[in-house]
Amino acid sequence: MTIALENEVDAAAARAAAVARPSVWKRLSQNGSVRIGGAMVLVMILIGLLAPLLGTVDPVRIDPTSRNRKPMAEVTVRNDDGSRTARTVLMGTDSLGRDIYSRVLYGARVSLIVGISVAAFSIIIGVFIGLVSGYIRWLDGFVMRIMDGMMAIPGILLAIGLVSLFRAGLGTVIFAIVVPEIPRVVRLVRSVVLSVREEPYVEAAISVGTPLPKILWRHILPNTIAPVIVQGTFICGSAILAEATLSFLGIGIPTDTPTWGNIMAEGRQFFRVYPHNILYPAIFLALTVLAVNMLGDGLRDTLDPKLSKRV
Amino acid sequence: MNASSVGQGRPVLEVRDLSIALPKGGDRPFAVDKVNFSVKAGEIGCLVGESGSGKSVIAQGIMGLLPKALPIAGGEALLDGEDVAHASEARLRELRCVRMAMIFQEPMTALNPVMTCGDQIDEVLRTHTQMGADERRRKIIQIFEQVRMPDPPRIYASYPHQLSGGQRQRVMIAMALVLEPALLIADEPTTALDVTTQAQILQLIKDIQREKGMAVLFITHDFGVVREIAHRVAVLRLGELVEMGPTEDILLRPKHPYSRMLISSVPSMQPANRPRMQAAKLVLRTENLTKVYGGGSLFGKGHSVKAADKVNIEIRQGESVGIVGESGSGKSTVARCIARLIDPTEGRVRLGEDDVALLPQRLLRRHRRRIQIVFQDPYRSLNPRRTVGDSIIEGPMNFGRSRADAWARARNLMQTVRLDPDSLDRYPHQFSGGQRQRICIARALAMEPELLIADEAVSALDVSVQAQVLELFDEIRQRLNLAMLFITHDLRVAAQVCHEVAVMEKGIVVEYGPVADVFLRPQHPYTKALLAAAPGRDWEFGKFEAA
Repeated sequence: MTIALENEVDAAAARAAAVARPSVWKRLSQNGSVRIGGAMVLVMILIGLLAPLLGTVDPVRIDPTSRNRKPMAEVTVRNDDGSRTARTVLMGTDSLGRDIYSRVLYGARVSLIVGISVAAFSIIIGVFIGLVSGYIRWLDGFVMRIMDGMMAIPGILLAIGLVSLFRAGLGTVIFAIVVPEIPRVVRLVRSVVLSVREEPYVEAAISVGTPLPKILWRHILPNTIAPVIVQGTFICGSAILAEATLSFLGIGIPTDTPTWGNIMAEGRQFFRVYPHNILYPAIFLALTVLAVNMLGDGLRDTLDPKLSKRV
Repeated sequence: MNASSVGQGRPVLEVRDLSIALPKGGDRPFAVDKVNFSVKAGEIGCLVGESGSGKSVIAQGIMGLLPKALPIAGGEALLDGEDVAHASEARLRELRCVRMAMIFQEPMTALNPVMTCGDQIDEVLRTHTQMGADERRRKIIQIFEQVRMPDPPRIYASYPHQLSGGQRQRVMIAMALVLEPALLIADEPTTALDVTTQAQILQLIKDIQREKGMAVLFITHDFGVVREIAHRVAVLRLGELVEMGPTEDILLRPKHPYSRMLISSVPSMQPANRPRMQAAKLVLRTENLTKVYGGGSLFGKGHSVKAADKVNIEIRQGESVGIVGESGSGKSTVARCIARLIDPTEGRVRLGEDDVALLPQRLLRRHRRRIQIVFQDPYRSLNPRRTVGDSIIEGPMNFGRSRADAWARARNLMQTVRLDPDSLDRYPHQFSGGQRQRICIARALAMEPELLIADEAVSALDVSVQAQVLELFDEIRQRLNLAMLFITHDLRVAAQVCHEVAVMEKGIVVEYGPVADVFLRPQHPYTKALLAAAPGRDWEFGKFEAA
């Protein structure tokens, strides 16, 4: 009887422990910011992918006869075979007669590629350095001073340097934005590692003779995933902005590729007369960054509740 | 203290049919289910129960501190005839500190770290009284004297971090008592304190209660503390009050099977008779094991702390050696040095013929298998993202066993620790604390160690579960003829499981010998103080057959 009662007490505790909270996916799908932000990001990705199917024309085609048209204006286009077709330019045309609507839609591709690849590269490199630096104590001081140095490099200055060394292009831009982002990821991952490495289950793994790479992979890395995903969305948002800034300043993507920054840079001269040159790419840029950041906020609230209270 | 001389006054607190709901999806509908009890003036009433029994929730309900998720579902809590369970927030603010006050388990988090202790009490006085500044200061110095604080003006000007744990708890008590409330609620006020400090605080609460004739509602999980302080006891189990009565009655003649089981689970202070095994093979010997923390860094010299100072311990096969001491005594440091989770500064750790104290990591790996450790916190010792089976087979697979082979052995081990082998593919959160600790033991045994270290391995467990896990440790030690090192702050636990015991104070082993000698004929003053401070030491808790 005594034994039965003991087991009953333990069983009650086990029942209490077994009451599972809803799965991550369920909680994510119930979060408003995740739903709205996620939907908007998805729409942007679809726009980028399906740009040729959305009633666009060649975004770099110059048409001197229909320069600086206001939005919704009628233009007649001379085809190669000499015939003419009339069509409406939704967002007007720029000073070279290129269709803004087509340029903005194609520009989404560059922005999203930059955003996603900067986030991916800085996370992959940052997580690796952060894991090693946080776990191997004697490397820590050395690595972190290098990271401090990297953080001190202004991204724009680095981009100017790189563009003058190599030619301007997508790769250069991504590299220039990735470099100053890495230390932020490293610091985040390192702080998680520093707290997790003291957990008894990590010590237990050490005392059963688990080799270092396995400890890092199995026991420590999974703890960094949630905060890193959250950080990744914020990096993505700021990278999109940084690319637009670089392109706007003329040190980013070459002008023959339409990007939101390029379009705005070229529209700058006639901003007072033809504000649509800047307005439409700016709206897309703002909405995309807003969507990515909302997604990030929502992810943070669901994946990392402690962080959301602190920030 | 005579039970008949107290509790004759009017009831200060009467709890009638109090129910507090749990959120939907919990393991039961009510955190507290129709509980009735009362505390009279001049009486210390004790709510005793294991974790999840709802004892703290009752206290929060009375103080109006319940979180929103736990609404009061029925009944009332009458403080001098006024229902505080349904009082408005404004009325509760008037009552708190003035008519009822509460002290908490963790005095560091209950005090504001950026205000001096004096200012924090001053705030209470300013809010609730019309006293002038000088009068308030006099009153605060006076209450500090009443709670036996050395040098009250200094304490007045001190910040919480400048005080010891015991002093902080005294500040909390002073704050609670400064307006002389009719009811003091003490929610595990000594659980976070060392045993010698605990004894002082319990004595203080007892003395002040007698001087002022207050009613005290004391919440604890520890029957030793109940024995020390309570006039009347109510035993709670999963939100229900199962038994209530005068302390002596409950301790001597518990009626409800649950109370009988709980009291029977309290380990005895009487050391079990375990002769030393002189003939058995020596498994571990430490020679002048020393660990110094701190010292010089890149930027100048920091001050260094000797966490362990020339510790010499021997453990033979089939023998269990305990290290007891208060927090900061260095007992865990010794365990972690032996398990090489930290590197000793000096000395030797002889494991059989090999000295592992200063082996570099690369050579150490071979010896890892031979010493295994079970940690204190069952909720953090298993990786929450891996099934318990994966956790158990991780070690054997590191040393070259095949997965199938290791898994089959894990099934056997689950039976050894009395768990269902089919639950190997479940995750840690699906087990209770006691079950997880069994899994940790299985993981340690999977390595076929020569020495098993239990670092406060039963301290986080409820007393009934603790008894079972202790039994399991003992059974495993005998069956596998294992050497065991038992680190604990709980003298009762040491008395029950150890052959030999070492008492540590500030990094030094002050007394080391057979458990019966140390407990019954202590030589060192610190050992004597420790034993004298153990709550309920003069009471032999009965072992009851289930009714």
